[in-house]
Amino acid sequence: MSETITFTIDGKEVSAQPGQTIMQAADAAGIYIPRLCAFEGLVPHGSCRVCTVMVNGRAQAACTQPVADGIVVENDTEKLLAIRRDIIEMLFVEGNHYCMFCEKSGNCELQALAYRFGIAAPKYPYLFPKREIDATHPDIFIDRNRCVLCGRCVRASRDVDGKGVFEFVGRGPQKRVAVNAEANLADTDLKTSDKAVEVCPVGAILRKRVGYAVPVGRRRYDHKPIGSDIEQAASKK
Amino acid sequence: MASTKQKRVIIEPVTRVEGHGKVSILLDEKNTVTQARLHIVEFRGFERFVQGRPFWEVPVLVQRLCGICPVSHHLAAAKAMDWIVGGEKLTPTAEKMRRLMHYGQTFQSHALHFFHLASPDLLFGFDADVAIRNVIGVAAKYPDLAVQGVMMRKYGQEIIKATAGKKIHGTGAIPGGINKNLSIAERDVFLKDIDQMLTWCRGALKVAVDYTTANLATAAPFGSFDSNHLSIVRKDGSMDLYDGNLRAIDAQGKKILDQVAPQDYYKVIAEEVRPWSYMKFPFIKSIGPKDGWYRVGPLARINTCDFIDTPEAEAARKEFMKLTDGKPNNITMAYHWARMIELLHSGEKIRDLLNDKDLQGTDLVTKGDRRDEGIAIVEAPRGTLFHHYRVNKDDQVVMANLIVSTTSNNEPMNRAVQKVAQDHISGKPEITEGLLNHIEVAIRAYDPCLSCATHALGRMPLEVILVDSTGTVIDRKRK
Ligand code: FES
Repeated sequence: MSETITFTIDGKEVSAQPGQTIMQAADAAGIYIPRLCAFEGLVPHGSCRVCTVMVNGRAQAACTQPVADGIVVENDTEKLLAIRRDIIEMLFVEGNHYCMFCEKSGNCELQALAYRFGIAAPKYPYLFPKREIDATHPDIFIDRNRCVLCGRCVRASRDVDGKGVFEFVGRGPQKRVAVNAEANLADTDLKTSDKAVEVCPVGAILRKRVGYAVPVGRRRYDHKPIGSDIEQAASKK
Repeated sequence: MASTKQKRVIIEPVTRVEGHGKVSILLDEKNTVTQARLHIVEFRGFERFVQGRPFWEVPVLVQRLCGICPVSHHLAAAKAMDWIVGGEKLTPTAEKMRRLMHYGQTFQSHALHFFHLASPDLLFGFDADVAIRNVIGVAAKYPDLAVQGVMMRKYGQEIIKATAGKKIHGTGAIPGGINKNLSIAERDVFLKDIDQMLTWCRGALKVAVDYTTANLATAAPFGSFDSNHLSIVRKDGSMDLYDGNLRAIDAQGKKILDQVAPQDYYKVIAEEVRPWSYMKFPFIKSIGPKDGWYRVGPLARINTCDFIDTPEAEAARKEFMKLTDGKPNNITMAYHWARMIELLHSGEKIRDLLNDKDLQGTDLVTKGDRRDEGIAIVEAPRGTLFHHYRVNKDDQVVMANLIVSTTSNNEPMNRAVQKVAQDHISGKPEITEGLLNHIEVAIRAYDPCLSCATHALGRMPLEVILVDSTGTVIDRKRK
């Protein structure tokens, strides 16, 4: 069963098990492929395209693409860097991301990606969409201004919590995360201990009254760029 | 009403004043001032923008109002939110960390104002050539002083960073407390330089004292007028920049109100809207809108307090009060002297706090019964700052009202402009740059943060427009 597959990422030989995705194999080899919608323990979604790599010259999502013997994967190239930067910038302008006062700052994966890719200000015009806050739940709130539609909460609630609190509704620019209830978040059975609350990469789903309890300097990405945990884990091996 | 021969002189923008300001002087045919007004374009969008936001976000969000005293807004909002979470009785560590942040802020702001903005006027005189009467000129002629200004500002900013997490727009103060203490290592960095800072504070105070006493004949009447004064004071009457109750006195020192809790501010203060200005005009209710206006900031605070609880600043205050025989000082240019007393006071407070072990405590946050309204006042570097919020059951802000120090000083600055314009421009056939700058000097004494927006330091282009009463520009001068 476990015949080993070998392929290359940026010329480096990587071995993997059949059925793994390129991202899983890269993680094990200590190669960081940037990502946003992918989350360990959740089924891949392949929606954000931040993890775009070249497989034998064709663009593929590393989080969904299975490994295959002998494939040539490009990851850390100028061209891919430019594509990923563009995607991240578009995510920024599409919502209302005010990092300077957002309580997720320093722990936010979108912000951390922007830092890693050296994005100071997006080149696209801000769309300033009008989005709602749902603060009806006593302990959790949704600020849709910051939602990037990664679908982590949808998958976590459905597959891990077994509840299905969240679901996408609408299409295109109208697409948004809705709650499975008559009216608001308060009407769902969402609990603060749910996986769905924990997995949001940005400041869209948050526990209430936590705010800025962690000081600047002790937040997740204050000292180490996003992805460095994957890179370091391998170098320790 | 205005005669058809009236001209309007507009000075725009006011140089070396943070934010946007425009001064218009209405002249008649004989160049006599008939009216002078300071037009302030104030940012009032915040009170709308904050609606619907979760309350714990506000202390961080509100700092965007101001680029030079964000910490004052941060702390005022946090203090208001303490009431929301029922945590207004802070732990010693939380209160002292916040105080350290606040004194660090006052220290850097007063140092910035004095060395970068005001010192050119004081060291070179109002009429000196503008080519040297600026911060570059100070650096050339008084290099030591300029370096001190930079170093003192940096010291204050580093204190802000150590307490709030960042030099600007930090997150330190949270509802009911603070999110970090001060490590021994952080403390020792500040302790190492505190004596030097205090020495420089004494030097800066001396510059302000020497200037005022040497030029009393011109400085005393300059833009001066009798006024009420307002600030918070401690229960025992001591100056307290971080917390206390409201006190207001009249120009002779008679108490108009005293020990009014911040939560009752709206019972004693109201705001008037005037058609020609976006900015409101606050006044003391018991006196009414016409005469109820008051001054805030360093001068007002020195006037209202009974004493200062740090020895060197208290000695300096006594010296200051001698100038007016113990009566309130109504001299506009004395703001600079008062500000330097507070600089020294902040330095002393920082030193005392650094030596206080409570800063290394680990009990950082408290809370109690939830409330839906929070009101708090701090003494920001420029004066009394009111924050008032209402929060719904879902934790969202539904109402915000702010009275910033520049709003309180709105009427006084208008008075000062009019006084200076009358004294220095009336009857003169020509409007020189020096004369126009007298107006700026008067405004600068108040250290206004006009639109609560920061400009790059340095000289801004000055435009003078002469407009007649029909609105036609009849002359335009630009430097
Ligand atoms: S991480 Fe692969 S598409 Fe989002």
